[in-house]
Amino acid sequence: MSTGRLKVYLGYAAGVGKTYRMLEEAQALKAKGVDIVIGYFEPHGRADTIAMTNGLETVPRRRIQYGGSVFEEMDTDAVLRRKPHTALVDEFAHSNIPGSGREKRWQDVHTLLQAGIDVLTTMNVQHLESLNDQVWHVTGVRVRETIPDWVVDEADEVVLVDLTPRALRNRIERGAVYAPEKARRAMENFFTEANLSALRELAMRHTAHEVEEKLFPPKPGERILICLTGNPSSANLIRRGKRVADYLQADCLAVHVALPGETDGAVARHMNFARNLRIQTHVIEGDEIARTIAEFAHTQRVTQIFMGRSGPRPWWKRFGETVVQQVVRQARDLQITIVAERRR
Amino acid sequence: MDRRLNPDELLRRVQAEERREKRGRLKVFLGYAPRVGKSLRMFDEGRRRRERGQDVVVAAAQDKVTDDVHQLVSKFEAIPQLGGAIDLASVFRRHPATCLIDALAYDNPAGSRNAQRWQDVGEILDQGIGVITALNVHHIREQQDEVERITGKRAARSVPEAFLREADEIEVVDTPADTRELAELRELALLVAADVVDHQLQAYLECHGVTAHWGTQERILVCLTARSDAEAMLKSGHRNARRFHGALLAAYVEQDGLKPEEREKIAQHLALARELGAEVHCLKSGDFVSAIIDLAHRERITQLFLGHTQRQHSPIEKLLDAADEFDIRLFPHGEQK
Repeated sequence: MSTGRLKVYLGYAAGVGKTYRMLEEAQALKAKGVDIVIGYFEPHGRADTIAMTNGLETVPRRRIQYGGSVFEEMDTDAVLRRKPHTALVDEFAHSNIPGSGREKRWQDVHTLLQAGIDVLTTMNVQHLESLNDQVWHVTGVRVRETIPDWVVDEADEVVLVDLTPRALRNRIERGAVYAPEKARRAMENFFTEANLSALRELAMRHTAHEVEEKLFPPKPGERILICLTGNPSSANLIRRGKRVADYLQADCLAVHVALPGETDGAVARHMNFARNLRIQTHVIEGDEIARTIAEFAHTQRVTQIFMGRSGPRPWWKRFGETVVQQVVRQARDLQITIVAERRR
Repeated sequence: MDRRLNPDELLRRVQAEERREKRGRLKVFLGYAPRVGKSLRMFDEGRRRRERGQDVVVAAAQDKVTDDVHQLVSKFEAIPQLGGAIDLASVFRRHPATCLIDALAYDNPAGSRNAQRWQDVGEILDQGIGVITALNVHHIREQQDEVERITGKRAARSVPEAFLREADEIEVVDTPADTRELAELRELALLVAADVVDHQLQAYLECHGVTAHWGTQERILVCLTARSDAEAMLKSGHRNARRFHGALLAAYVEQDGLKPEEREKIAQHLALARELGAEVHCLKSGDFVSAIIDLAHRERITQLFLGHTQRQHSPIEKLLDAADEFDIRLFPHGEQK
């Protein structure tokens, strides 16, 4: 059995018309005789969008008790049993309520694809893991629900749903997107003209990137090594290194040098995060961090090392070299990138 | 970092804003090929505006259209064309709130008031009438070489990209592409639109007195010195900028006491930078680090390329301390390979 085809409608904010476009396509497919069902649809109380679901079969949602409330999620098993040709699954980046089986909706979608079901889905560009820091930098909002980039890269088609910020703001003002009080807050905070323009530009560039990825399959060549620590800025470092690797179509690996006997929960979390982004991870024991990194880089034929900055140091250590300085000194034959912290 | 405007710039800005306020608004639907649905989207927007009570008329439609577009067009009041061109006098007299004008890239017949339709649109906007129009990426003058590389063909008619940048709104009509050629055109249309949006965003921020170093586009600055392996850095910068669809810049901070052969080297590096399409900046400053950081902030740099150094007190440390907006990539020196 072949896996299903995945099509993603990519937008840059709520209200640009992703779900509407997806339903338009669903109606067109149904008119052509395709067996299509709605696996999950988020109406958001928008009348024109709800009207577009007319005549489409919906698989009832699953109700889940959690923390004294009842939540509704896609009933993935029911969709599998129904086994349509195509399923429509709104909000690709959604995190499921605990007890739903799979943690993320994109994992549910993968299950459907594996069962040979085609899937249409929607998402906003700010949910891409590799853009998380950049989006925070631009908008001041830390997006919590993220999708690893490889999940989107594997989609058969990514289509941009574009709307100008002015048109979107008009829609919000007319109350077509949010209830009045929420609309006012949205306009003042996230939905400013500058924020929307910046996110829209990201969505355009990302769609162009997806088109290019399919035009030019990767050639092996560059290898990028990310040096991880327990420092919180490692998350930024991982995203940035992976993003550069993706654009350069380079291999990406990560290493942490552990002092003998060291166990660090933060490092384990960062390693796990890196593996979720499909980065090959290594932990090496050694007490000379810089030398270990330089040696590892050489044996792994790495072409570029990514490091965070060394944090502020107490005055009594300022005479010695930082790890970054030591690596720079010991790997003068390699490219070394010291990543900005991108504070706001 | 706030960049102060001089009185002339300020005056120009005020005049531009006044002109803009009196002008009609221009909205452009941009597509990557015929029949991706630009016309449909354009007339549909006209329909929605009319339903909200706006006075909308059609000033130019195409002859060959799909049935659904034809149905939409037929529901509007139309100002008939005059001798194969938009009847400007009638449009001005009728003075609607919005004109729908399909096919922005169009040559008017000889003897018309303007040679090309986009010039007609400019005049209509000057009368305070809004315009919604549609354009294909083939027809953007500055993109024609690239389109020819992809398709082997060159469109006869064109619209300058500057006209597109003046538009108040540009919207991409995106659909999946069936062939490789169409996919390349699709990518081009998306990148052109992203550049227009970036340009407008910067104008907006400047207009509102905000200087943000928002990196939605990768911008690479290569720092050249006499000792650096400039060729490797510039070629890598060029490749990176191309992969990211970003910008490439190169900077040289003038130094005293260089030997003639070092001067010769620098001249070669700068020539190579220009050859690779880099925007070259020669800076006169006694302080290398602050000159580079100022330039990087002004130009919204996201990656700074620099050679490794052998010296004890290297500028790298100072740059690392002072710069938190961009990544710093250190390159090996050529002779160490």
